[in-house]
Amino acid sequence: MTTATIPEVSPRVGPVEGLRQSLTLAWRTVVQVRHNPWEMSDFSIQPIMFVLLFTYVFGGAIAGSTSDYLTFMLPGMVVMNMLFVTLYVGQGLNTDLTKGVFDRLRSLPVARWAPLAGRIAADQVKQAWSIVLVLGVGMLLGFRLGTSVAGLLGAVVLLLVFALAFSWVAVLVGVVAKDPERVQIFGFTALFPLTFVSNVFVPAETMPGWLPAFVNVNPISILADACRGLMLGEPTYTGAVAAPVIQSLVWAGAILAVFAPLSVWALKRRV
Amino acid sequence: MEHAIWAEGLVKRFGQTTALDGVDLAVRPGTVLGLLGPNGAGKTTAVRVLATLLQPDAGRATVRGYDVVRQAHQVRQLVGLTGQYASVDEALTGAENLVLIGRLLGMPRKRAKQRAHELLAQFNLGDAADRAVKTYSGGMRRRLDLAASLVGRPPLLFLDEPTTGLDPRARSELWELIRNLVADGVTVLLTTQYLDEADALADEIVVIDEGRVIATGTPEELKAKTGGQSLAVRPAESSDLPTVVSVVGELAGVGPDVTGDLVTVPVSDPHLLPAVMRRLDEAGVVVTELTLSSSSLDEVFLTLTGHPAESQDESEGSPA
Repeated sequence: MTTATIPEVSPRVGPVEGLRQSLTLAWRTVVQVRHNPWEMSDFSIQPIMFVLLFTYVFGGAIAGSTSDYLTFMLPGMVVMNMLFVTLYVGQGLNTDLTKGVFDRLRSLPVARWAPLAGRIAADQVKQAWSIVLVLGVGMLLGFRLGTSVAGLLGAVVLLLVFALAFSWVAVLVGVVAKDPERVQIFGFTALFPLTFVSNVFVPAETMPGWLPAFVNVNPISILADACRGLMLGEPTYTGAVAAPVIQSLVWAGAILAVFAPLSVWALKRRV
Repeated sequence: MEHAIWAEGLVKRFGQTTALDGVDLAVRPGTVLGLLGPNGAGKTTAVRVLATLLQPDAGRATVRGYDVVRQAHQVRQLVGLTGQYASVDEALTGAENLVLIGRLLGMPRKRAKQRAHELLAQFNLGDAADRAVKTYSGGMRRRLDLAASLVGRPPLLFLDEPTTGLDPRARSELWELIRNLVADGVTVLLTTQYLDEADALADEIVVIDEGRVIATGTPEELKAKTGGQSLAVRPAESSDLPTVVSVVGELAGVGPDVTGDLVTVPVSDPHLLPAVMRRLDEAGVVVTELTLSSSSLDEVFLTLTGHPAESQDESEGSPA
């Protein structure tokens, strides 16, 4: 083998090249799942259990009937589960950082943004799976669409757009955390109260004092409302659909605007 | 002549720590430069700067004439990097890791696969090609790391402590692979804590300590400079210690190191041993130990720096 031939050196990476490199790196994450299918069950069993527990244990007490509760809760459950799955972006990134894979990638002549973009893109596959899974389980238990397939697809797209923005929160956690386990601990500690102090499981009106005020501005409530509107339609869902959809997109934009630069800054400091 | 790697006055600080304190380097094309130093000397930081992973706070460095800061993308196309931090993905198989890198370097799928299998065969990993890397032994892992940095056939190779933690057999296997690459004309920058490794592989050695270059030369020159051997004397009576120190120090021309009752000093002249014996005998000092042995890196450091090579577990560079 002749290694010493002087290769042609190009001055920069084009955006098309960068996109191709990101997709190659996304492929890597999908291969990881293929090698370790247990990782999929990590984020598959728990949501199924949650849907079952909430529907059959709490449903009757909260809504008077398990099927009414399922209709109310399922869109929110999809939101909650998708957010938890998004934490895997941070865990994967943290593993790459601590194991040195990230430095290997940075030493290659690839676009500077490709390693991060590849990681986020790959996890959209996991997020989509989490949405389909919870919806599928819900439909098996009797959840019925009140709108059309278009409404459902709209909800899925909205969820994935929101997940894309929320991925940057996970990136920040992944960069700041010392090891992958801590990403999970930190993520859960922050996400559990946020998802429970929302209208995912119970309507805000039932809560005391200042809590409803917080619940109503909580982006998780807003996104859950948007999904209810898109999946159930206005007869079942009491609010207007357009407002929560637009507010969700505004929240996604705000999260992106704050956390993307913050994450990139933290990453530059760490490497 | 144009240097393959060239650096002048490189400075890198991490908070209060100065990892590089004005490092100059020059490596001719097709040669091996051994960067030798103890833990925390700044070796890894130097490699990371030259591989464009870190930006220097001051100074300039070029690889094949390309500036490592302003023309980082060009440098990355010329350099293959192997180190404890520049690693492969443990969840993927050996073949998948190499294909991934080939694809990232812009190879079509078929060529990336072909190149991966070529390298796996060459590095004696053919049987393990389809096993997850986390099942590999330490030696296999390092060979794959090395293969991963060669996918794009880079004309330069940076190896950061390539054999640290390997058993002697895996170590000599890796040395052989590195020698083959050099025979193909690859320029190698190698960091190591081991004098014998630098001796076995390097055309030229740069010794660094506390971020500064403290000696440069061929292995032969360095050994001549540092003695290459070590004399140890232990008096039977502790009260004779000052006499031993003064006799040994006078004859060796360097201040000896005293640990407990043991007096050690680096020496270059083998005739010193009988001279020391004669003088101690004349002084009536009885010794229980008198040995001449090959210098360890510690002794080389003692000679070059005047202080022992500290082997504390202080990690180098950034916590990445």
